[in-house]
Amino acid sequence: MEERSVGMEIKKQTAIRSMKYEEFKNNDYLEEMVRELNRNGAGVIVGAVDDLLNWGRSNSIWSLTFGTSCCAIEFMALGAARYDMARFGFEVTRNSPRQADMIMVLGTITYRMAPVLKRLYDQMAEPKYVIAVGGCTISGGPFLKSYHVVNGVDKIIPVDVYIPGCPPRPEAFYYGMMQLQRKMKVEKYLGGVNRKEKEPEEEK
Amino acid sequence: MELKDKIKAIIPQAVFSETGELVVTLLPDDFRRVAETLRHDKEEPMDYLRDIVGMDWGDALGALYYLESTVTYRRITLKTSTADREQPFLPSVCDLWKTAEIKEREVYDFFGIRFLNNPDMRRIYLREDWKGYPLRKDYDMDSNPLDLDNEVNSDTTEEYYLNSDGTIKGHENTVFDRDAFVVNIGPQHPSTHGVLRMRVSLQGETICKVDPILGYIHRGIEKLNEGLTYPQTLAFTDRLDYLSAHQNRHALCMCIEKAAGIEISERAQYIRTIMDELQRIDSHLLFYSCLVMDMGGLTPFFYGFREREMILDIFEGTTGGRLIQNYNMIGGVQADLHPDFQKKVKAFIKHLRSVIKDYHDIFTGNVIATTRLKGVGVLSREDVISLGATGGTGRASGWANDVRKHHPYALYDKVDFREITYTEGDSFARYMVRMDEIMESCKIIEQLIDNIPEGEYRVKTKAIIKLPEGVFSSSVETSRGEFCVVLESHGDKYPYRLHYRSTGLPLVHAMDTACRGTKIADLIAIGGTLDFVIPDIDR
Repeated sequence: MEERSVGMEIKKQTAIRSMKYEEFKNNDYLEEMVRELNRNGAGVIVGAVDDLLNWGRSNSIWSLTFGTSCCAIEFMALGAARYDMARFGFEVTRNSPRQADMIMVLGTITYRMAPVLKRLYDQMAEPKYVIAVGGCTISGGPFLKSYHVVNGVDKIIPVDVYIPGCPPRPEAFYYGMMQLQRKMKVEKYLGGVNRKEKEPEEEK
Repeated sequence: MELKDKIKAIIPQAVFSETGELVVTLLPDDFRRVAETLRHDKEEPMDYLRDIVGMDWGDALGALYYLESTVTYRRITLKTSTADREQPFLPSVCDLWKTAEIKEREVYDFFGIRFLNNPDMRRIYLREDWKGYPLRKDYDMDSNPLDLDNEVNSDTTEEYYLNSDGTIKGHENTVFDRDAFVVNIGPQHPSTHGVLRMRVSLQGETICKVDPILGYIHRGIEKLNEGLTYPQTLAFTDRLDYLSAHQNRHALCMCIEKAAGIEISERAQYIRTIMDELQRIDSHLLFYSCLVMDMGGLTPFFYGFREREMILDIFEGTTGGRLIQNYNMIGGVQADLHPDFQKKVKAFIKHLRSVIKDYHDIFTGNVIATTRLKGVGVLSREDVISLGATGGTGRASGWANDVRKHHPYALYDKVDFREITYTEGDSFARYMVRMDEIMESCKIIEQLIDNIPEGEYRVKTKAIIKLPEGVFSSSVETSRGEFCVVLESHGDKYPYRLHYRSTGLPLVHAMDTACRGTKIADLIAIGGTLDFVIPDIDR
């Protein structure tokens, strides 16, 4: 990581405390994000404030409870004492999309549910993230050929992290959530992800 | 008197099936007469309608009716059909069995069969603007693309009836008046245990009507089954009611084994029974955790999950899966028990017996809990039977309906256990039934765990399993009621139709009866004690 921080480039931490950098897979896309950030140039002061903000928000991700089926029960196990999400700052789950940073899609999304999911996502405030948990949300899983199952939530909303499994083990949940933390840490917050949504056009 | 003779006495031209299980085929008008006579029989009333299974035979559309008597526990299957595919009508039986109200809506949704005199003929699982009927054999799978427009639910519904001159007329019924104050709960609500949506009309704080809207997790499993070989169909059963994964799969395996004439080994029977009971404890612990959390107590949630993790560890050691185990196979189970299995199970039961007192100390005797549960959401014995609300909900109202006792399968006729029944029928009784059942399950496991015989855990089956023609069924007692598999085979390696009786559908239907007249604040507690799992309802 050290060799990347040359000159006036901003130094971005893609490592997190709980796990070594080398132990993560798909590091290359994060590196690409850092390069992208440096290419467009970022002020040192703004960059430092960004880092502070990112540190804060990546360690207190509030998720919207959106469990539709099996994976939601494993998510409950995450909340209980053995796996204890609170160690990572995920323990606050919100039932209102207005107060959530992240939506964890836990379980199959059907045609009837799809408009509801889209609406919930639209109601969330920027910056917002989506984790698709389980085979059903990634591709439709075993229900791929069904007449009533959406073949992957990425057809409806943009997804940041995919966690495969049916259902994924709690450890897999953590791996996916830590990936999201790392992604948050290399993002440009001010003037970046906090302003992703286009300004609504003024009515004349 | 044999049921066969009884029906022959009413309708001499009734046809009895020769292959598979006994099915009595009747013309629609005769069917209605037989149903009425059987229902109102003095000595042996067929007062429990287990299920209505819609069917499309190509040349005819129809339904199978599974009846059972709560006095003698004898069962009979009736079948009726109509040849009209454009405007299919069948007589409704919702005045005889209340559960038919919602089950006939399911048949209408999937097959387009309208039921005369059913007051509510709306779609139940699919969107109201859905085109076609998906479980018909000629349904075009691409005819309904994903629609991201928000759905509008109408406040009216149609009812059809037969005029005296033989013509069919319809008129409009209202679900909610224009003046009704309707509160929407769900589908994304943490206390509805999944994606249940309810429209509740209120008078002040008092509930006037609950209208459940289902289908937010309808995955079309029954249609998918028709394109899969028998071993492949097993995978979906675990994902129906994931807290009864073992038991659901047990039912399907049993049904296929029965049809194919496969005899499974004694060892496999032991393993299946023990796993079923562990799963029941697992589910009831989760029930306890969730109910208490819904009512505002967080600490017991950690208690329940602490013990639940121990069961999941035991499952994981043997099956490799935590929540969904994919363990039962046609002819036995997938893998042999882990060497530590017996030791771990015994240690777990010892531990559970020592801590269960804490569960009761923290919640059962709690004054807030008892005030919110006792005398709330009462269902009478007649109600639960008519609604077909099986499992703990039925037993809390005094209906002895445990499949393990009355139609024993696996090893349940060899073990000694008590069927827990209460008579109050309120939320507290439903809660206590489950807490007591945990201890009964421990008792069953203790009787079996030291006596597991040596032998093979799985008998060899043919590579391609073909079932003989006919209708087959089997039922098991899952964690939350009677789960029933109905399989129609036409002699292929694929099922012609494979239907699952949802344990939760009658329970959600019972919400309306249980909640009317209670306060809105009790709705969640009543729903919690009814203990339904939504993916099992929607299938």
